[in-house]
Amino acid sequence: MVSNIVAQQTAVGASVDVNDVSHRFDLDGKTLPVLNRVSLRIEPGELVSLLGPSGCGKSTLLRMVAGLETPTVGTIQADGARITGPDPSRVVMFQDPTLYPWRTVKANVSLGLEARGLLRRQGHRVDEALRLVGLSQFATAYPHQLSGGMAQRVSLARALVNDPKLLLLDEPLGKLDSMTRITMQQELVSLWQRTGFTALLVTHDVEEALFMSNRVIVLSDRPAAIKADIPIDLPFPRHRGDPRLADLRRRILGLLGLDADW
Amino acid sequence: MSSASLTHAEGSLVDFPPVPESRTRFWFVGLAAAAAWFAAAMVIGGLPDIDDFERTDLLARIAAGLAGLLLVFSVGERVVRFTIPARLRRTGPWLLLLAVALTAWELVTAKFAILPRPFFASPQALLEVFTDDYPRLGDSVWNSVRLLAGGYVIGAAAGFALGVAIGWSRAIGYWAHPVLRLIGPLPATAWLPIAFFAFPSSHSASTFLIALATGFPVTVLTWSGVAGVNKAFYDVARTMGASQRFLVLKVAIPAAMPSVFVGLFMGLGASFSVLVVAEMMGVKSGLGWYLQWAQGWAAYANMYAALLVMALMCTGLITLLFRLRDRLLAWQKGLVQW
Repeated sequence: MVSNIVAQQTAVGASVDVNDVSHRFDLDGKTLPVLNRVSLRIEPGELVSLLGPSGCGKSTLLRMVAGLETPTVGTIQADGARITGPDPSRVVMFQDPTLYPWRTVKANVSLGLEARGLLRRQGHRVDEALRLVGLSQFATAYPHQLSGGMAQRVSLARALVNDPKLLLLDEPLGKLDSMTRITMQQELVSLWQRTGFTALLVTHDVEEALFMSNRVIVLSDRPAAIKADIPIDLPFPRHRGDPRLADLRRRILGLLGLDADW
Repeated sequence: MSSASLTHAEGSLVDFPPVPESRTRFWFVGLAAAAAWFAAAMVIGGLPDIDDFERTDLLARIAAGLAGLLLVFSVGERVVRFTIPARLRRTGPWLLLLAVALTAWELVTAKFAILPRPFFASPQALLEVFTDDYPRLGDSVWNSVRLLAGGYVIGAAAGFALGVAIGWSRAIGYWAHPVLRLIGPLPATAWLPIAFFAFPSSHSASTFLIALATGFPVTVLTWSGVAGVNKAFYDVARTMGASQRFLVLKVAIPAAMPSVFVGLFMGLGASFSVLVVAEMMGVKSGLGWYLQWAQGWAAYANMYAALLVMALMCTGLITLLFRLRDRLLAWQKGLVQW
């Protein structure tokens, strides 16, 4: 069942190039700079975390990679092609599950295929995606009947059904309880390993970034600039008690100015 | 082990009576209601009327028949072992109250004429309207429903389309909003003189007014529903390759439906009042016209009968709307039960 959906995945994920991107918002006539000359390359198949203080602009950067917003200055490319708008090859998983309350779980997962008119031919993939996240039995339930973790799993299935080359994770586990979060971190990592998509994870949880990613990019306060680009050369699955992770954690907290209690 | 002994001690202290085998208790309220209806039948049929009423006998028989049915239900449940439908069981107190109210009404009108005649009609006079004037009454209901349905459907459809358009397109909103603000709050009945003058028939004029009265709340609430859609719902669909058409039809409209139904409900209420006024002022058929006509002939019993029928028609249509909503919005939690 898993192999089926995996087989349809494109062999490699997309590469991402962020070229000297700056961005500002206009708020009541005042300009608010949020990104300051950010450049970054993500290799195909990498899982990269964007880590930074709350409100620093990391989610804005992710929305730009998704094509939901256009940078004021600079360009972003996916597989060498400039991003000008949203594309189903780059799917976002948001902090809130944002399931449509009027659709059943199955109809929610079908959304992407339906939007592109592929539902009739590829409808079987909806069931596969539901099986992948372990929610086949809840296909006919409505979102208000689900727990927070289940809803976020449905949201993941809804993203996976589109065969993304790039999965954009905008603090997807931020609102879950700590036990569900740990489980879903493991699930996301094993899913990413099996399927090979590129992933960009926005988080403010240092431990989550260290546990899940190949590289951690630490951003400064708003307007965000890259403070450090830290490769994590440890094999998966990782152990949360690994002393090397503890070292990295101390270093990153230091970069964020939070190392006083270490 | 300690808990077991505790339970035992408590059990002997409180000493609950054994649970009876039959699942339901005897329907005393039903039996009381049967008695009340029987008493009503005796009062209606037994005491002399102050005037010649044609349908006193029939009314007494209906009351007696109801009493008999209730008796069969309440006693029969014990004897024949069937269960009374839960809904009937719940209406027991109301059936009892209705019998008492009918008896009181009968006494103060037909039997002792305490309330001044002819303004207060007796129950049998009302019954006589239904048995003797039903063709005209039925015809009136049919004409009212037809007029209302035509205007309501046009108004609801136009209001829905306009509301979606205003909510979706900034350009349409720019032009439609001021017009809506000026015209919308004006009661549709204020257009009555112009409408009857400008339209070729009173029927088309009334259809227009009903559509206008329905259209305003439907427009505003559809618009507010579309404008209030969670923006993240659009982001989700857009990243998955949704077209503008998909965003309107599959995201904006379904998300706005709860609000649309509030508008449809308010529009239906507004359309009732316009319907009645229009029928009283110009249309030569329908329940409003019937009311006016009955009043002209001082046929007060007919007036009350028409009022009762009108109330049933309105509540029936609202029930229909709520059923439709329950069906379409089954995904919502905590819907009001009508």
